[in-house]
Amino acid sequence: MAVITKDGKRSWRRRSLRNQLAVQAGWLGAAVAFLVCWRFISEKTIWMFVLDAPQQAADLASRMAPPDWSYLAKLWKPLWDTINIATLGTLLAIVLAAPIAFCAARNTTPNSLLVRPVALFIIVASRSINSLIWALMLVTILGPGILAGIVAIGLRSIGFCAKLLYEAIEEIDPRQVEAVTATGASTAQVTAFGIVPQIMPAFAGISVFRWDINIRESTVLGLVGAGGIGLQLNASIMNLAWTRVSVILLIIISTVVFSEWISARVRQAFI
Amino acid sequence: MLKMSGLTKRYRTGDLALREIDLEVPDGQVMALIGPSGAGKSTLIRCINRLVEPTSGTVFLNDIELNALHRKGLRRARRNIGMIFQEYALVERLTVMENVLSGRLGYVGFWRSLFRKFPRPDIAEAFRLLERVDLDPMVDKRADELSGGQRQRVGICRALIQNPLLLLVDEPTASLDPKTSRQIMRLICELCKERGLSAIINIHDVQLARIFAERVVGLRMGEIVYDGLPDRLTPKVLTEIYGEEDWETTIGGEKTGGGDAGENEGDDEDAGPHPEKERLAGMI
Repeated sequence: MAVITKDGKRSWRRRSLRNQLAVQAGWLGAAVAFLVCWRFISEKTIWMFVLDAPQQAADLASRMAPPDWSYLAKLWKPLWDTINIATLGTLLAIVLAAPIAFCAARNTTPNSLLVRPVALFIIVASRSINSLIWALMLVTILGPGILAGIVAIGLRSIGFCAKLLYEAIEEIDPRQVEAVTATGASTAQVTAFGIVPQIMPAFAGISVFRWDINIRESTVLGLVGAGGIGLQLNASIMNLAWTRVSVILLIIISTVVFSEWISARVRQAFI
Repeated sequence: MLKMSGLTKRYRTGDLALREIDLEVPDGQVMALIGPSGAGKSTLIRCINRLVEPTSGTVFLNDIELNALHRKGLRRARRNIGMIFQEYALVERLTVMENVLSGRLGYVGFWRSLFRKFPRPDIAEAFRLLERVDLDPMVDKRADELSGGQRQRVGICRALIQNPLLLLVDEPTASLDPKTSRQIMRLICELCKERGLSAIINIHDVQLARIFAERVVGLRMGEIVYDGLPDRLTPKVLTEIYGEEDWETTIGGEKTGGGDAGENEGDDEDAGPHPEKERLAGMI
């Protein structure tokens, strides 16, 4: 914001001349960086392969059609497993994330020197490792199967749920908490009456949103042996049974659409 | 009786909000605390129930020294002090009944309160109070469905169900329209009379303080600069509390309403019309 005085008259421009030049130099720099990167990627690409990509894609598509619907009968069980992995994993995450969120929120943490950093570290650690990698590790620890998948989804989701929940806790109206405190309520009662009602909509929203994400994530856990429909997907790709792959993809898509519908309904109900 | 002596509060920012306040409020007295924004009114009443920790000084409620209490003792003492807030401070997503019953939290164990298993007499008392403030049809409504005046009446019930000895009232009318403001102030004062409660009412509106309080204390920069009867609030006193301004209109305007305009202008000795006339003027 710049006020310019010229011949005793005041005028206003959004930026001073110096700021204007700096902004333009920034845009120029970004454009140059983009072009340099473009050239680098282009040099490392074998264009011959890219050029026939449309033919390759059409070929794959033709091999996937028509879907092998008879395979569907064998998919219900793994699909059910997948949904169970997502649901139980989300439940596990919510149960563990709630106390962590209270420890991580500035206004509710019992101790901001020790407890809060530990809680924040748990959140970061959980978020920085992909569920597929959690599953890979857990399969070696727990052995292959659904349990590894549930724990992997749970560990991965703790960070997400706890982070969003602690942000919701930090945004509550402190006056409502003050009012409950003033009645002589204990800390636990202040939490139950002053804080929990305020974060309930956020809590419900976060839970179903994460469940919705977990349905998608758990479809690939089978790739590393952690149960669910990913196992069949992996096997079908390995055997080049593309008509089966297309059935699996279609069934995954319909499950995801269904889960999005449910989570939208739940979020609506909890406002 | 509430007795403060040498009450001082210095915030961590270094601001001295209260300077050596000495104040006594006898049982059953309704006292208005007036003063400009930032004078320390909110800090003063929060130092009594220790929502704000005073830096030094003592506060006695009867023979309990409030600022010497530890967690459990403090919770027990807070049960005897009801508080009514600016902007109501109801838990918005709970029902009217739950909000009123939350005034009993100091008396009920955690698990009972979590499952809303409040003792029968508490629930009966909640119904009685809600009936007293004409809110019994709203019992099951969520607090955020109510109007401002209704919410403040729920806030009053929440404070009274504590069965307190003292009411701390922080700007009860700040977000209400003039008519509702008067109704709420009248209700608070009537309830204090009925139950023999003493009350400290922080209030911006000098006219409301003059109409409803038995005693007015003026606070400026964390110090008491006036302590006396409401009808002794002259332009000179108001200038001392708030600073230079044409105070004749604040006081004189009411006089016009009372029908004795100009009669005792500048007469400091018995300035201010009769409280009953003020009350009637407020009804219009």
